Amino acid sequence: MYSDYDHILQRLNQGRLWDFHGGVHPPQLKSLSNKKAIETITMPKTLHVMAKQHIGVEGSLLVKEGDRVLKGQPLTHSTNPFSVPVHAPTSGYVRHIGPHVSAHPSGLPELAVEISTDEFETWAPLEPILDYQQKPKSKIVEAICNAGISGMGGAGFPTHIKSSPKKNVEFLIINGVECEPYITSDDRLMREHAWQIRQGIDILVHLLSPKLVIIAIEDNKPEAIEAMQVACQENAKYRVVSIPTKYPAGGEKQLIQILTNREVPGNGLPIDVGVIMQNVGTCFAIADAIFTGTPLIRRVVTLTGQAFKRPQNVWAPIGTPLSHLLEVGHYKAHKQRDRKLIMGGPMMGFETINDDVPVVKITNCILAPSASEIQAPSAEQPCIRCSACADACPASLLPQQLFWHSQAKEYEKAQEQNLFDCIECGACAYVCPSEIPLVHYYRVAKADIRTQEQEKAQADKARLRFEARKERLEREQKEREEKHAKAAAARKKAMSEKGNDAKDKIAAALARAKAKKQGNTAAPTSQESAQPSNASVDSPQAQQINSDSKQTETSKQDKVAAAIARAKAKRAAAKEAATKETSETAKPEQAAATATSKTDNSAVDDKSDSDKSNSDKTATETPPAKVQSSKQEKVSIAIAKAKAKREAIKKAQQSQSADSENAESAQTDKPQVDTQPNENKPGENQPVDSKQEQPQTDGSSEEKPDPTAKQKAIAAAIAKAKAKKLAKANASENESAKTQSSTEQDNKAPETASKKAPTGQQGEKLTAAQIRKQKVEAAVAKAREQNRIAKLKRAEKAAKKSSSSAADKDEN
Amino acid sequence: MSFKFASSPHQRVKRTTGQVMRLVMYAGIPGLAVQTWFFGWGALIHFLIASITIIVTEAAILEMRKKNFEVAIKDCSALVTAFLIAVSIPPFAPWWITVIGSIFAIAIVKQLYGGLGFNLFNPAMAAYVMLLISFPVQMSTWAIPQALSQFPQSFSDSFSIIFSGFSADGYSIEQLRTHVDGYTMATPLDALKTSISQGLTVQESMQTSVFNNGLGVGWFWVNFAYLLGGLLLLKLNVIKWHIPVGMIAGISILSLMMYLVDDGIYASPMFHLFSGGFMLGVFFIATDPVSATTTNKGRIIFGLGIGAWVYIIRTWGGYPDAIAFAVLIMNMGVPLIDYYTRPRTYGHRTEHKNVIKVKQIDED
Repeated sequence: MYSDYDHILQRLNQGRLWDFHGGVHPPQLKSLSNKKAIETITMPKTLHVMAKQHIGVEGSLLVKEGDRVLKGQPLTHSTNPFSVPVHAPTSGYVRHIGPHVSAHPSGLPELAVEISTDEFETWAPLEPILDYQQKPKSKIVEAICNAGISGMGGAGFPTHIKSSPKKNVEFLIINGVECEPYITSDDRLMREHAWQIRQGIDILVHLLSPKLVIIAIEDNKPEAIEAMQVACQENAKYRVVSIPTKYPAGGEKQLIQILTNREVPGNGLPIDVGVIMQNVGTCFAIADAIFTGTPLIRRVVTLTGQAFKRPQNVWAPIGTPLSHLLEVGHYKAHKQRDRKLIMGGPMMGFETINDDVPVVKITNCILAPSASEIQAPSAEQPCIRCSACADACPASLLPQQLFWHSQAKEYEKAQEQNLFDCIECGACAYVCPSEIPLVHYYRVAKADIRTQEQEKAQADKARLRFEARKERLEREQKEREEKHAKAAAARKKAMSEKGNDAKDKIAAALARAKAKKQGNTAAPTSQESAQPSNASVDSPQAQQINSDSKQTETSKQDKVAAAIARAKAKRAAAKEAATKETSETAKPEQAAATATSKTDNSAVDDKSDSDKSNSDKTATETPPAKVQSSKQEKVSIAIAKAKAKREAIKKAQQSQSADSENAESAQTDKPQVDTQPNENKPGENQPVDSKQEQPQTDGSSEEKPDPTAKQKAIAAAIAKAKAKKLAKANASENESAKTQSSTEQDNKAPETASKKAPTGQQGEKLTAAQIRKQKVEAAVAKAREQNRIAKLKRAEKAAKKSSSSAADKDEN
Repeated sequence: MSFKFASSPHQRVKRTTGQVMRLVMYAGIPGLAVQTWFFGWGALIHFLIASITIIVTEAAILEMRKKNFEVAIKDCSALVTAFLIAVSIPPFAPWWITVIGSIFAIAIVKQLYGGLGFNLFNPAMAAYVMLLISFPVQMSTWAIPQALSQFPQSFSDSFSIIFSGFSADGYSIEQLRTHVDGYTMATPLDALKTSISQGLTVQESMQTSVFNNGLGVGWFWVNFAYLLGGLLLLKLNVIKWHIPVGMIAGISILSLMMYLVDDGIYASPMFHLFSGGFMLGVFFIATDPVSATTTNKGRIIFGLGIGAWVYIIRTWGGYPDAIAFAVLIMNMGVPLIDYYTRPRTYGHRTEHKNVIKVKQIDED
């Protein structure tokens, strides 16, 4: 099926061509405008040069309002390979830069440079390359790009990309088919400027070195064929081929099929079958750009239709508003009831929404039909499945099936029917007896599918981020549990030795401290849970999304430092109080004292910090160890602790305000963070929270008159101690229960749950009176729990917010 | 100034659905004329009854569906259905047969499925089958050619028979169907089927007066007229050749094979092609675009299938003719045929798949 070069050459020599499926024969009506030479028109007072007139990326503007521009001066610039600049079509001043109605069916405003023209037409300095054959190819390609040349046949594909393919070119096809009715701009250009078109072809041949050059022209343009034949007769490599008139023979894919019987693969490019195609207008522009250095600032536009008194072809500067062209062609405005201006041909052109639409690089025709010439579409009738459309389709699609699925929004099925192979030529709608605007349905379906795909891509990104976060949270959970397990083991060890001995206790504390230290290395990561924006940092797939990860990390560190500082200050306060009453905790307390002195540089020395925090914990955590050994001691310790805590509250309240200042100073990067530190930072603040809260509630219970208060305090202390012990045990058990959604809650859940559990256990051991106290305590514990949950929720909300804002940032 | 909006293309071919449908009916005129010549005015009167019923039914239902019935009636698709019903049912059939058939065709087969373009089955043929099953007596009392009839009928005779069951002169249908020789006449297909079941050979059964040179009297010319009309439709590009060719090929191949095997029991292909409503079916019924396949390959399969079914039912089935059954059977297969006969889209050659794959690998 794939015709090789020799076979194609042989057929061409015999004058035989292939045919493409379908096609229609609409009335040509080219004689309206093809009789007169291309005219140069008066320069309009204002030009609207659209910043983007090609397929690809628009450049950044080089001018600003009020600038004087010269004819041929570039207005935009971009380093993107899919971008070509636009140029000032004449000299004048930039009056305005902003959105202007675009040369698009939607007419949606796009960025345009409005130029007030002057009469001088002063040229900017031009750089012709006369000896292009001696220059490196890259230089020529660059010149073509800088001249702003993009395909002038209709698609507007940047020409310099097509001029530097990576594969070998067998055929360079010059498209002079111009198969749409009415349009004669290429026809006139070939008749009048065949020589310059050939020069352009020469340059392309130099760049592409094709085996053969085919200049294809429809057989309804005999004069153009003759002119091109004369211009190309010297070179045997150039073939001017007359092809049968049939719409859409000028479509890139169809023309390739006619000449070579090769089909461009579904999602491929012509170069995949060894073909490069350029429009004759593009060739002309290339010759202009290389030999005179003139960028693409004007083009031939056919003014045609019965509503023009003088249909003709004109050289229209890019950016000329349609209203000016209507004047040039003597538009019979008063005779038109339903005014209708079509930019492009009657088959693929679009109706402009008003006459401010400017000429762009792909504007080949302005069709102003009279009311009788092109009737308004009548009401769409049901499809009778006559499949006249399928017979007309040049892509061998089944338009009636595409219509059916597009209408029902069954886009998957429409894609199965190769919706995206539709070239929107309009042949199907042209023949439809039910007058269904088929192409319109396909356009809508295609746009919808593209939107859906974009949305899906976004959702995928979000999912990746979410999964990475989930994975990380699980990992952290595991790490935490390991840490707890280690700590528990250390305590057990300490307990098995002489529990009363202070020295032993210190040793135990040290052991725990060590365990914590190890755990603390994981702390920074655990803090990330508060900041979902960083979730993606960990996931390899999503790394590119996080451009701002560094920044957040530093701010995170700051936050950590601040939190640690706060925690330390509080701890120190608690210990100061404890020193006065208990001699047992003297040594750890000393350590704590040193810690207080260090609070300032806490951000720097994490190690000593974690040491301290652990030794500090001995003060609160050792009592449970002793509970079993001696009851009296237990009581005294509890009293001591309770007192210490009461004091701690007072101090903490003072120091907190001081801390928040500290925190603020440390958190200059993130001003919104915590003036109320406990609420905003769920993950990192957990230890701090619990400590702060416990004293608060304890304190409140102790404010009641003495004996009962004391008893209660004792009970509370016991309960708390047991709770903690159990919490540790539960923590290790709870490993299995970690669904992602509740990971954050899980961290707390064992604690809160365990608080309820011990109350039950204790009840067995204690007396009835104690049970009552127990109940009070339970109530307090519950209240605390609720309080905590509320905080958690708030924290979660905050986390979500920050994550969503982070996600937004990623999008940008 | 701003303008009205319309999507491209702005030029359109001038042939509309209504024009297509009218052309179909114009092409049916020769057939209708010949049928009237041979079998009396019955077909024409039934066409009038059917047209009125169908237009009223369609308008009523569209009104109920809150749609613009004027547009729908102007497209003439309903009139084509009326035409097909009228020429299919026996000319002597009572008026209510046509009315019931027409209402059934439009209300149930067409509009209940969603109206024009949505019906799975050919409305006229579905109605015909319904009538044949529900009213077998009325539906099988086909008139005899005028030339053979004892009592040639005038327009008023036909009118009177359809509305009262008796001709203007007071003759019953049975009497009208009596041959000059005093025998009750059957259609050629009926006659052949009966004689063969009685053990006669094809040649022997063709001795009766309904046959002339091995073809049914009158029926040959009716079929011939529809053939001409069909060729006109082909010429005007209203229908495509695939279904007719498929259908003719289907029945010809099968009948020729059987004829060559035993020409004593099996009739010739020529007889099959020009008997019953075959040519009407080929060009006017099977080519209904809505209920036929939409791909060219599919159309050939669709036509072949109908042709084969017609022969099978005529030869071995319980009914003398089988256009309606065959069309309905193949209507059922349309979605499947459509699915498996999709043309290859441009740029989707098998070798392109490799190119595309290689390309994707390169890009990866």
